[in-house]
Amino acid sequence: MPMKSAAAAAAAAALLLATAAAAQAADPVKVGMVTTLSTGAGYLGDHVRKGFELALEQAGVADRVTLLVEDDGLDPGTATQLTERMVERDGVKIMTGAIFSNVAMATIPKLVRNYDILYVSPNAGPAPLAGKGCHPRYFNTAYQNDNFAEVMGKYANEQNLKRVYLMAPNYQAGKDSIGGFKRFFKGEVVGEVYTKLNQTDYAAEIAELRAANPDAVYFFYPGGMGINFMKQFAQAGLADKVVALGPAFSFDDTLLDAVGDAAIGFFNGSQWSPDLDVAANKTFVDGYKAKFSEYPTLYAAQGYDTAQAIVAALQKTDWSTADMDALAAAMKQADFPSVRGEFAFGNNNHPIQDIYVREVFKDDTGNVTNRIATKGFDNHVDAYAAECEMK
Amino acid sequence: MLLFLEQLLNGVQLSVTLLLMASGLTLVFGIMNLLNLAHGSLFMVGAYVAAWTTGVSGSWLLGLVAGAAAAFVTGIVIELVVMRRLYARDHLDQVLATFGLILFFNELVRLLWGIRPMRLDVPEALGGFVEIVPGAPYPLYRLAVIAAGAAVMLALAWLVQGTRVGMRIRAGSVDREMIGALGVDIGRLYTLVFALGALLAGLAGVLAGPFLAIQSGMGEPILILAFVVVVIGGIGSLKGAVAGSLLVGITDTLGRVYLPKITDAGPALSSMLIFLVMAVVLAVFPTGLYGRKS
Amino acid sequence: MPPLLRDALPFLVLAVAPVVATLAGADWLVPVFTRMVVFALAAMALDFILGVGGMVSLGHAAFFAVGGYVVGIGSQHVAESTPTPFGLPGWDDLLISLPLAFTVGVLIALPFGWVSLRTRGAYFIMITLALAQMVYYGLVGLTSYGGDDGISMWWGRNTVAGAALPNRLALHFLCLGLLVAAFVVLKRLCAAPFGRVLDGARQNEARMRALGYRPLPYQIGAFALSGGIVAVAGALMANVDEFVSPGMGHWTISGELLVIVILGGIGSLSGAVWGAVVLLGLEEGLKEITEHWPILLGPLLVVIVLFARGGLTGLLDRLGSRRTQGGDDAGGA
Repeated sequence: MPMKSAAAAAAAAALLLATAAAAQAADPVKVGMVTTLSTGAGYLGDHVRKGFELALEQAGVADRVTLLVEDDGLDPGTATQLTERMVERDGVKIMTGAIFSNVAMATIPKLVRNYDILYVSPNAGPAPLAGKGCHPRYFNTAYQNDNFAEVMGKYANEQNLKRVYLMAPNYQAGKDSIGGFKRFFKGEVVGEVYTKLNQTDYAAEIAELRAANPDAVYFFYPGGMGINFMKQFAQAGLADKVVALGPAFSFDDTLLDAVGDAAIGFFNGSQWSPDLDVAANKTFVDGYKAKFSEYPTLYAAQGYDTAQAIVAALQKTDWSTADMDALAAAMKQADFPSVRGEFAFGNNNHPIQDIYVREVFKDDTGNVTNRIATKGFDNHVDAYAAECEMK
Repeated sequence: MLLFLEQLLNGVQLSVTLLLMASGLTLVFGIMNLLNLAHGSLFMVGAYVAAWTTGVSGSWLLGLVAGAAAAFVTGIVIELVVMRRLYARDHLDQVLATFGLILFFNELVRLLWGIRPMRLDVPEALGGFVEIVPGAPYPLYRLAVIAAGAAVMLALAWLVQGTRVGMRIRAGSVDREMIGALGVDIGRLYTLVFALGALLAGLAGVLAGPFLAIQSGMGEPILILAFVVVVIGGIGSLKGAVAGSLLVGITDTLGRVYLPKITDAGPALSSMLIFLVMAVVLAVFPTGLYGRKS
Repeated sequence: MPPLLRDALPFLVLAVAPVVATLAGADWLVPVFTRMVVFALAAMALDFILGVGGMVSLGHAAFFAVGGYVVGIGSQHVAESTPTPFGLPGWDDLLISLPLAFTVGVLIALPFGWVSLRTRGAYFIMITLALAQMVYYGLVGLTSYGGDDGISMWWGRNTVAGAALPNRLALHFLCLGLLVAAFVVLKRLCAAPFGRVLDGARQNEARMRALGYRPLPYQIGAFALSGGIVAVAGALMANVDEFVSPGMGHWTISGELLVIVILGGIGSLSGAVWGAVVLLGLEEGLKEITEHWPILLGPLLVVIVLFARGGLTGLLDRLGSRRTQGGDDAGGA
């Protein structure tokens, strides 16, 4: 342990001794994480796990929490089996890990209704779970899926981008994202194109895009699709002519590594950025780079905050999971130093937080990464909160 | 009109990638009667090795050579270890064994290079644009891919039609026992044909690398399309592979662009389109466009 | 191994193992075995047309998914109390959803079989794949039923004659009962004239025609029956997972069913059960050893093909006949 943090550690230790002497003898609390670690999107779950572990370590509670991790392979059936197994076999009371909306929809509604547990989503935020299907035992520490699209719609208005071309894969998340953009965008939509899911070559669509001659393009292409689209968009020479906008899912540091310089100058909506000027964020970013020798992504930031939120709630209940209502109430207070600064849960247990517009740039070490361009929303509440019956 | 021509060009470029995949597949299928599901893995090996070599050496050309060579060598190895034991088996055994190879290779690249997608950029010298017609700049690299693919296919046609080895290959596809009786070393010939197919698949992987996310499992979507091409063209027919890949590449590209303009169901329809084309072709020509009648 | 034991053993495993697991307090293991039963059922239906009829379908996932959606769509309408597109009420009882899944499966398989059977060999494989891909993209386009995300049945699984299934074992034995029933029916069909015509057409279609049979209606009929049974398996899967999505119709599921059939040994029907138990068991077991389990499973499949011809049932038959020194002629079927 480095010398400078020794004093802090001593203080933390003293605090622990003073407040939790009785609980000290108790077993560590089990937290189950069924997440996506394999397939092309496996790095998302990997980063959530790394962020989660870092937060436990930095808070000095690594020995108070036992983290059980399993890979869902992006398969809803596998995810259901593994989560139920953790709850029944291992007696886990707090579950987390869902990365993709389809996995979240298959597992979470059943889990929180059939078992006496708490579910905290570190990434997926599908609309039904934020609206009519909200539940007092379900929390989301990341975002509601539409948030990053909404902020870009507003940004397009502010930047006077009047004619915008919209593109997404032809599936639910793609349509939701386009819907989120249009909810705030007031200009003219000159094209709305839905492509095949997991399409690899976008030459034809990009030719149509150029012919439409828009001021900007808003695209929702997560994962491998985003790599392909951005590379081909730049290869077609459109990067100087058309402003490129998207949600943060296409712009995490792993994808930017694979895209390279082609993404420089693109704008994307996010609730977090590595340069966000918050003390907790500096601790997180520096700690992450030191521990894992790579730039953190928003998934790592979300994993970090998920762990912080859970630990904060556990500290309020003296590390007890016996009374789930008490734990959920403690959770709802969101009494932790978020890497995003101000953070609160709304009536539907989804975040109320600021949403930013980030710009892709090359930093002084030559690494292509994100920085904040402007703040889009203050304390943004998602569009489905009103449909949720909880108070 | 201008845009239509550009879309046609895009269709041809997709066709070229498919043709490189399909020609190896159809040769192996037609001559050795081997249904090789692991052909997409060779595509993936080519792309991965090229991306890695380019990243380490900084030379795109070296990456190209390394990628194609790696696929060639991998082809020889799996032919010697696995495939030659499968020629006499029925298609079902081949499906199971080559499915096993897919699992192996997809996990192997993940072990070697991690779960992060890799990157292969367009070579700097080909990064520019050509204005084929004024006002419609077309990426130089895509034109180069079309040219390279066409050149490789011409070379392959020459090899098969105009050389001694090619004569044996053609003879082998017609009557296996006969060329054995004529004293040709069938084992060596088969290894050569298989490795040639692997080389073409690896080359396709390298050339398409800059358009794609280089990641585990990237070979399977293109494998399915290549099989569609082979079946539409007729198994074992190079001519059929050319016709099939042009049909699939252009239909897919034009369908994607124009169907959504006609109907709201366009995106779903365009996803189904090439399979619909295949079903219609097979319903009319049960052994493909250029296939031998059974 | 005598054929009777060879046929019965995997069924016994699937009957005993979940009970033992439950008694040992590992109730959570039961769905693992139920999945084996469901996949065995689908694979057995595939083996019926593949082993007996010689039709290699790489499109059976389409029927699996359609069966799943019959359950998912019906129960979504019940849960949301909305009428179905034709104004009918929703359904969430297995007594309705299973026969309905079977019927819909047959109705879709009839035209599929009719079109596909114009071709043979590798062309047949590819045309069934093509048709299944169309179904897959069609399901992705069903936006009112979740589109790509599918339907999460968080309101619970189907009832049986109005009563909820009490526990996992009940669902498991319901599925196992259907598997045994399918085995008996298909075995009988194989021995009946229907099966003989199919088998004859597989071996020599021209000869069957010369004998005055028109094999095509039999083949289409077998394909449709197979599609119906796979749809029932899909309907059961929806009840095990309480979730359906277009992923059930992905071509990799068709591939997995084929792998199960080949691994178990084609044409024996019980081979499909062996294949499902061993393949899903291996996946489950290898996952415990390493997260890179496919790197072990892949070569293992290759080795099985190279050294165990005729799949697992073939291997067992040979083991048996060697020990008994040919005293038992296992090639009766």
